[in-house]
Amino acid sequence: MVQPVLSIKSLVVEIPTRKGVLRPVDQVSYDIFPGEILGIVGESGAGKSMTGNAVIGLLERPARIVSGNVLLSGNPIHNLSASEFRKIRGKKIGMIFQDPLTSLNPLLTVGEQLVETIIEHLAVSKKEAQERAIAALEEVGIPAARERIGSYPHEFSGGMRQRVVIALALCAEPDFVIADEPTTALDVSVQAQIIALLKRLCRERGVGVMLVTHDMGVIAEAADRVAVMYAGRLAELGAVRDVLTAPKHPYTYGLMGSTPLASRGLKRLKQIPGSMPRLGALPEGCAFSPRCDFAQEVCKTGSSPFIADEDAQAACWFPLQHTKLRSSK
Amino acid sequence: MSVIVRAKALRRLFDVSKPWLNRVVEREPKAFLTAVADVDFEIEEGSVYALVGESGSGKSTIGKMVVGLTSATDGTIEIDGIAITGNDQKAKISEARQKLQMIFQDPYASLNPRWKVRDIIAEPAKLRGLEIKGLPERLLQQVGLSPEDADKYPHEFSGGQRQRICIARALSSEPKVIVCDEPTSALDVSVQSQVLNLMSDLQEQLGLTYLFISHDLTVVEHMADKIGVLYLGALVEEAPKETLFASPLHPYTRMLFDAAPRLDGFGREIDVPKGEIPDPINPPPGCSFHPRCPLATSLCKTVRPQMRLIGDTRVSCHHV
Ligand SMILES: Nc1ncnc2c1ncn2[C@@H]1O[C@H](COP(=O)(O)OP(=O)(O)O)[C@@H](O)[C@H]1O
Ligand SMILES: Nc1ncnc2c1ncn2[C@@H]1O[C@H](COP(=O)(O)OP(=O)(O)O)[C@@H](O)[C@H]1O
Ligand code: SF4
Ligand code: SF4
Ligand SMILES: [Mg+2]
Ligand SMILES: [Mg+2]
Repeated sequence: MVQPVLSIKSLVVEIPTRKGVLRPVDQVSYDIFPGEILGIVGESGAGKSMTGNAVIGLLERPARIVSGNVLLSGNPIHNLSASEFRKIRGKKIGMIFQDPLTSLNPLLTVGEQLVETIIEHLAVSKKEAQERAIAALEEVGIPAARERIGSYPHEFSGGMRQRVVIALALCAEPDFVIADEPTTALDVSVQAQIIALLKRLCRERGVGVMLVTHDMGVIAEAADRVAVMYAGRLAELGAVRDVLTAPKHPYTYGLMGSTPLASRGLKRLKQIPGSMPRLGALPEGCAFSPRCDFAQEVCKTGSSPFIADEDAQAACWFPLQHTKLRSSK
Repeated sequence: MSVIVRAKALRRLFDVSKPWLNRVVEREPKAFLTAVADVDFEIEEGSVYALVGESGSGKSTIGKMVVGLTSATDGTIEIDGIAITGNDQKAKISEARQKLQMIFQDPYASLNPRWKVRDIIAEPAKLRGLEIKGLPERLLQQVGLSPEDADKYPHEFSGGQRQRICIARALSSEPKVIVCDEPTSALDVSVQSQVLNLMSDLQEQLGLTYLFISHDLTVVEHMADKIGVLYLGALVEEAPKETLFASPLHPYTRMLFDAAPRLDGFGREIDVPKGEIPDPINPPPGCSFHPRCPLATSLCKTVRPQMRLIGDTRVSCHHV
């Protein structure tokens, strides 16, 4: 069997507060394989970014990993020190965030940043690095890359900047890339360009990608598998077509149903009552139970359901068997 | 059906010149950005008219001109037949303006954090001199919150609840037209559906007219009766919803439709859109879409296309 590039096992992140301990990430497990895009989807505050930041060693105090493992190509990384982590970020892990400016240094030209990263992580000469930097910019579709290499980040448009960030994330030839809402700030036409680029480059190079987004459409088009998060927990995990067309978790079902596309032609959209609970006020049992149409007594009192074995798709005591959602077109 | 909002040759320029001294030293002329360029549309009373387009296409500026939050450089806006863009007939204009309200994208920024919900909601009614006793409580109920919420402050509510408060506030002066500028863009989908349903219900119950602004085609498709597509400040296509979605004519509309991610687009490889939105200060000559358009000819590079009527679609393109 192929070894996953990233393997998360029962990851728990906690934040101690005066009012008690919060768990923004609770028992999250999944693998990402070479050349695969795993989509992480969920509403804001579900714990998507927190999971990603835990994986790449960027949790901000006082949040910390309290249990579980994170393996990068088989090697544990959840217990690395900050300085050890700095060595693998950029080299073994590429990063793309919503705001390209968080990944770029405004005082250096894009060429300087690419060359610096390439030299730091690959054993090549300055001249070779320069050529690679130009090739990297060409590959992400920056027109006239050789001339533009001396430009500063602010001299690029938002879409072009995100292309530079992708070049930067991939230039040290990482095995794993995390992309946290990479197109959320972009217009749809540019979003389509960036998603197509990300898909192509990762497939070609066999990079495993964790694609965090709140947009189900982006997930459908880009991801191979999808993990749905709710209130810090994995609600559902599976092949993207299975999860989106025949969701087993009532939350996924509700989420899909409430998109205008799924309710096409209906006068009113389907809706999920209420909203996601705050971490400090999680209900007992299944975190979704107050909003769930299928909730039974055990859901509200028992322990919370988790995805325990490899084959289970949904963290639910009563996974939906029947449902085929209305097809969207 | 009667027309309640009529915009004619609407234009809005913004002065984006460098500071005076720089201009003198560098001998540069004043620079203007055309945010809205000769836009015409009519909204039937009781209908939902949507403006869709990518960022910078002029949606918000049009919305603000309609409610009078910003002035038009040129052109007219009529509300119930009364021109609100002119300067004479002040009394009539202010009466016409009272028929308008606006809801914004960011429910966090648009509520005064130091005011109680009661006072926030009552404010527009007070300005009109309407009776406000019991009004906030009644409106809170109408938007799906509870009357007790009147004594709370905005920070005690979630994003979706705040948008409900904004809606209640907009309703308090009994407007006929509400301009909704990306009202659910900051909300999660499950909350978005609640708010959109509420807006549909209110529209039906109160016979409201919406000018609904959004960059999200799926939301627009759900809400609108008629849709105008904007690109770089100009209306490029307008059609009843069914027509537009069944047969989009303008190359930009088609590009937008194709680029929008689909829930059933598993592994879809799209025709990647060409280029990006150009600098609005120096827009391309002729048809401003020509650098990105697959159908562009030399005519497109020099001559600006006029609006034409094809079936029930209005479209501005030389080659459809
Ligand atoms: N310093 C903190 N103190 C308390 N709660 C926090 C802190 N930082 C983040 N959180 C909470 O952690 C949860 C997960 O957040 P995040 O991972 O950013 O969500 P997502 O990326 O899915 O929108 C949220 O509920 C957020 O409120
Ligand atoms: N106050 C302003 N000063 C200068 N330019 C502005 C101002 N407001 C808007 N613009 C410009 O006008 C154009 C249209 O903006 P806007 O109406 O906000 O578009 P949209 O709402 O479609 O994103 C944009 O290019 C924007 O930068
Ligand atoms: S465990 Fe129960 S409450 Fe939770 S999603 Fe399943 S059916 Fe609903
Ligand atoms: S006028 Fe020409 S460039 Fe503009 S949209 Fe039509 S075909 Fe394309
Ligand atoms: Mg996030
Ligand atoms: Mg806007």
